[in-house]
Amino acid sequence: MKKILKYVMVDILQNKIVLIYTFLLLLISLSVFNLESNSAKGLLSLLNIILILVPLICIIFSTIYIYNSSEFIELLVSQPLKRKSIWISLFGGLASSLSLAFFIGGGIPILLYHADSTGFMMIAVGLFLTVVFVSIAMLAAGMTRDKAKGIGLSILLWLYFSLIFDALVLFFLFQFQDYPLEKAMVCFSFLNPIDLARIQILLQMDISALMGYTGAVFREFFGNEIGVALSFVGLFLWILFPLLLSLKRFNERDL
Amino acid sequence: MITVRDLTKTFVKLKALNDISLSFQSGECIALLGPNGCGKTTLIKVILGMVVPDTGSIEFKGQSILGQWQYRNLIGYMPQIGRYPENMTIANVFEMMKDIRRDSRRILDEDLISSFNLNDLMHKKMHTLSGGTRQKVSAALAFLFNPDVLILDEPTAGLDPLASERLKEKIASEKEKGKLVLITSHVLSELDDLITEVCYMQEGQLAFHKKLDDLKAETGEDKLSKAIPQVLMSQSTLI
Repeated sequence: MKKILKYVMVDILQNKIVLIYTFLLLLISLSVFNLESNSAKGLLSLLNIILILVPLICIIFSTIYIYNSSEFIELLVSQPLKRKSIWISLFGGLASSLSLAFFIGGGIPILLYHADSTGFMMIAVGLFLTVVFVSIAMLAAGMTRDKAKGIGLSILLWLYFSLIFDALVLFFLFQFQDYPLEKAMVCFSFLNPIDLARIQILLQMDISALMGYTGAVFREFFGNEIGVALSFVGLFLWILFPLLLSLKRFNERDL
Repeated sequence: MITVRDLTKTFVKLKALNDISLSFQSGECIALLGPNGCGKTTLIKVILGMVVPDTGSIEFKGQSILGQWQYRNLIGYMPQIGRYPENMTIANVFEMMKDIRRDSRRILDEDLISSFNLNDLMHKKMHTLSGGTRQKVSAALAFLFNPDVLILDEPTAGLDPLASERLKEKIASEKEKGKLVLITSHVLSELDDLITEVCYMQEGQLAFHKKLDDLKAETGEDKLSKAIPQVLMSQSTLI
């Protein structure tokens, strides 16, 4: 397993796209922190960029990478290797190299300009989102053999988690605005890893007061250690579940 | 050494393998023949675990291979179309394979690398190679780990006459060492002096599996290319 992981890592790190992604993140983070007079404001701007950019790059890059490694996978499957270790190595290689890219591009500037608990939370959340979206990409790429369909599917998934889900929740809220939905909102937030990440950061920043009564419910649920732990368990399940599902499909797949 | 029982595999609507039962012994060189799309490659891929069969079982040295992977240490496989990571050089591919199969602790057999003159091409990237050179790489990789079983899917397709002659010599010498060799090919004339058994498949079913000598005796023909049509005709009249 370690051997394959090594080849996948070397191959990805040689890829210029990951380098460009790192520099892009670095450029954005540094300029955001330098433009804003207050580093807390900078962190908030950075949050919005990270919540859009990180999932997008991770899911698209991983999907394309898996399709492009089809030859590599085919070669490995005919060798004395477990299918499971091939697939997990692919996931491990993608997740660790993209996490490294995020840590260098986003993590280091945050540590330089805003190294407090909010900053650490932001780095943790960014790393989790990276791995979650690699895992979702593995699932999307495992669903179909057609590259165009697979990439289309992963773009749709990104769109769903970034925009459509929130629109649906808003629609739901307006339809049922006569009912108390604060508790339901907490449950809904577990259905979307990006929302989980956003809520964690906003609560850390102590601007939940802006969110009214829902904010207070969020504060009550997520604001303590158990809530933080639960939301990280939620993010962890978002990594585990798509990965296991894709692994099951890969084990049954004909090559 | 390899026993296949009641194997069935269906792709969407196409029945690629229909209730195939076969067994191969070591020391034999078996030709797997049949028209295009009759399921030869699918059968090979099922034996290698690349395709998961619907029903049936495969035993390798008496052990079922379903979900297993260690047995592939004993197999060298040369695919019909070798697909390799495009931005690796030939040297990278060989190093990677040696690294992956290091645990098998086999003595490396680099005869084909030298007889195909691959050493001069080691720095070339896979995507710059011609189809024939890729075939040479595939062949060299299949023999590299000195495996007990060699599975060669259309080994000489695309090779120049000299290289194909050298490959045939290599196959013959491995057969002498008591290995099991499984070959598919459409060029019957080159198989004559190589093989000991013939398996003929048609539309996913086994038409016959005979020793070459028996086949020749039955038909009174000395050439494979003439013997096979005769058997097929006599079979169809029986039905």
